[in-house]
Amino acid sequence: MTTTTAAEPTRRDFLYIATGTVGAVGAAAVAWPLINQMNPDASTIAAGAPIEVDLGPIPEGQVIKVFWRSKPIFISHRTKKEIDEAQKVDPKTLPDPQPDSARVKEGHDQWLVVIGICTHLGCIPLAHQGNYDGWFCPCHGSQYDTSGRIRQGPAPANLTVPPYQFVSDSKIRIG
Amino acid sequence: MSGPSTYQPQNAFLKWFEARLPIGGLIHSSFVAYPTPKNLNYWWTFGAILSFMLGVQIVTGIVLTMHYTPNADLAFNSVEHIMRDVNYGWLLRYLHSNGASMFFIAVYIHMFRGLYYGSYKEPREVLWILGVIIYLLMMATGFLGYTLPWGQMSFWGATVITNFFSAIPLVGESIVTWLWGGFAVGNPTLQRFFSLHYLLPFVIAGVVVLHVWALHVAGQNNPAGIDPKSGQDTVPFTPHATLKDGFMVAAFCMFFAWFVFYVPNYLGHADNYIPANPAVTPQHIVPEWYYLPFYAILRAVPNKLAGVIALFASILVLAFLPWLDTSRVKSATYRPLYKQFFWVFVLVCLGLGYLGSQPPEGGFVIAARILTAYYFIHFLIILPLLGLIETPRPLPNSISESVLKKSGPISAVAIALIIGAAACLAMPSFAYAQGEHDAPKPPRNKWSFAGGFGRFDQGQLQRGFKVYKEVCQTCHGLALLSFRNLADPGGPGFTPAQAAAIAADYKVQDGPNDQGEMFERDGRTADRFPPPTTWKNEQQARQLYNGTVPPDMSVLAKARSYERGFPWFLIDALPFFQYQEHGVDYIVALLKGYKDPPPGFQLPAGGNYNEYFPSHSIAMPPPLTDGRVEYTDGSPATVDQYAKDIAAFMMWAAEPHLEARKRIGFQVMIFLLVLTGLMYFTKKKVWADVH
Repeated sequence: MTTTTAAEPTRRDFLYIATGTVGAVGAAAVAWPLINQMNPDASTIAAGAPIEVDLGPIPEGQVIKVFWRSKPIFISHRTKKEIDEAQKVDPKTLPDPQPDSARVKEGHDQWLVVIGICTHLGCIPLAHQGNYDGWFCPCHGSQYDTSGRIRQGPAPANLTVPPYQFVSDSKIRIG
Repeated sequence: MSGPSTYQPQNAFLKWFEARLPIGGLIHSSFVAYPTPKNLNYWWTFGAILSFMLGVQIVTGIVLTMHYTPNADLAFNSVEHIMRDVNYGWLLRYLHSNGASMFFIAVYIHMFRGLYYGSYKEPREVLWILGVIIYLLMMATGFLGYTLPWGQMSFWGATVITNFFSAIPLVGESIVTWLWGGFAVGNPTLQRFFSLHYLLPFVIAGVVVLHVWALHVAGQNNPAGIDPKSGQDTVPFTPHATLKDGFMVAAFCMFFAWFVFYVPNYLGHADNYIPANPAVTPQHIVPEWYYLPFYAILRAVPNKLAGVIALFASILVLAFLPWLDTSRVKSATYRPLYKQFFWVFVLVCLGLGYLGSQPPEGGFVIAARILTAYYFIHFLIILPLLGLIETPRPLPNSISESVLKKSGPISAVAIALIIGAAACLAMPSFAYAQGEHDAPKPPRNKWSFAGGFGRFDQGQLQRGFKVYKEVCQTCHGLALLSFRNLADPGGPGFTPAQAAAIAADYKVQDGPNDQGEMFERDGRTADRFPPPTTWKNEQQARQLYNGTVPPDMSVLAKARSYERGFPWFLIDALPFFQYQEHGVDYIVALLKGYKDPPPGFQLPAGGNYNEYFPSHSIAMPPPLTDGRVEYTDGSPATVDQYAKDIAAFMMWAAEPHLEARKRIGFQVMIFLLVLTGLMYFTKKKVWADVH
């Protein structure tokens, strides 16, 4: 009699634990589609494919805005003065130290390509404004230089350089 | 909800909280300590199943709303966007659309259980009336939801149902215009229906709270129909009822999952995959199955206003049931006469449902009138009289005593009656099938994607695509498909590079460019298939193609079907016999069905005789001829092969996630089988000391 009463609760406990576990696994499996449905759908991902931009029509000193993955991309055709300003700064003195050479493609110093979204809270900075001749963010006053690096204000990081390559001297592919 | 609580939290924080908001005690007394009669059978679990289904519908509905666009121009395509592009969108939509049917199956069982065991009688009248209100709200919600995909049945269902109100004398027309927000069903109607469809489930949830409250005040009825006399007669809600309900919810989920994963469109209408067209009414306009008995009542009455009144009266009469039934004995177990009339009433309801699905012609109308009359006679004459003339069997002294005696023959009577009714129903349907339809039934084909483990034949899909490209696309669009889909898993199996090459063969309009001009460029994989080049708009198509617009082929395989008739339409839903390939069978039959018109058939000018086309006169000339498309894989270049290949391609185009659906379905079924089994044994263990 003692042996049966000792054995019974364990078998019963095992059944309860097994049922509870299977139920919990099921609940987790059901949760996944409900969560994943909010991720970008297949058409959105497909629409985020790389884009090609012809640099030919952009005159020196001008910044254009193109859209890739619904984000504005600044393409700046920098002047000699802007390149010099960007290169002569000692990166060690910057809040987010990065030399200008790390932000442009080798041999294409005149082209700066950055995602035009302030790294503070996502506003779009204005070109050719602020104390550093680069960008000025009207929302909270962040200032970027001609290399898109943060120089002053609340933004924690430089403007992001998107993935891109030169497919020819006057054409880039972003993405 | 049932008196002062015995709940005593141990934890200091919970004690502090309980003193300020005694929600723990409320939950404890309502769902843990709540005494539930120990003789409840499985029919009593449908309340829990209904709560579960309400939750499923609300959760999936909220999620679908994140992707759906309630606009007459965009709604249809946004539903297809959910089916094709949204992660697990097809699953969420099929859960929601089939969930509505499951909700109604459960509510009908719940209601008939109430009728059988007299659950509406004193002191549960208010509980019952709240239930009738929930049922009315469910019907409204289901109807509003069915309009949202903005297909042909959505549009015409909305038109017909809103026109009920035009039967009201004097102000009817004004009310209908007010409901529509226009001079016909249109965008304003869709937008308000969407708003109300989102609102009503929460109203239902609110009334459910009242329903449960009233239940917990009066206490549950039980199969013996007598009140619990002592603690001997009851068990605590948790764990006993909780586990029993949980087991049945799991079992019900298996039933639900079968429809979602294997026959997801069985309970819908093919016509609803045709975008709403205010100029054309579908040939047979039929509501969703759960409204069919009431639809039969509506059509049985030859007068418009009287028909609408009969329809509403048939539902409202339920609210008066507590006073129409004059017997003091609740359970049919102890009412030998009522028990028989109950089963007759069930059959009458099923019969009305069947008649609602049939055209209002000949014998169907007469049968519907007889059954409609009986429906009301049951409530207004039989029930009041039965209480006076019936001698009930002696009631047991207590629930505990009733548990010891089991009655068995009920189910045997029920089964015999249902088989008899099925036979009766079969006869008119056979007569109908032979008499009315001279179009032959499309022959069934062998499809690789049929059945529980069906998969597309990639070679066949690639050949079908070749047929589309070289023959169909001149006139027919494929607007919902993107080139990238050609490389999607579960599709024709092109590589991404091949899909890109196919896309580059097409010219896609883009722009405007910096100069403000539209321009053409090579297609990319993210682009949709461009529209046919032979016609620019519907008006031009009608000019070119004898007054018709070549339909878009994206969902055509799901938008076509044919009547299988009784009993085949039932067998088509059964596990291992399931058949969902009516659309592709019809397409193959149509493509091969061109013939010389039989003598005496007046073929309209510009028409082509086709055996399988409903009117037999089709604007499309025979599109396929032997050898027209060159196959490189050695498949025969015959019309028969072309027809099957293009139909298979169209099936994939209409249901691109078919393979994933069946694969996930198998996993879900195995899982639910294990869960249901475990729940059953757990429930058995917990109940062991009660029996």
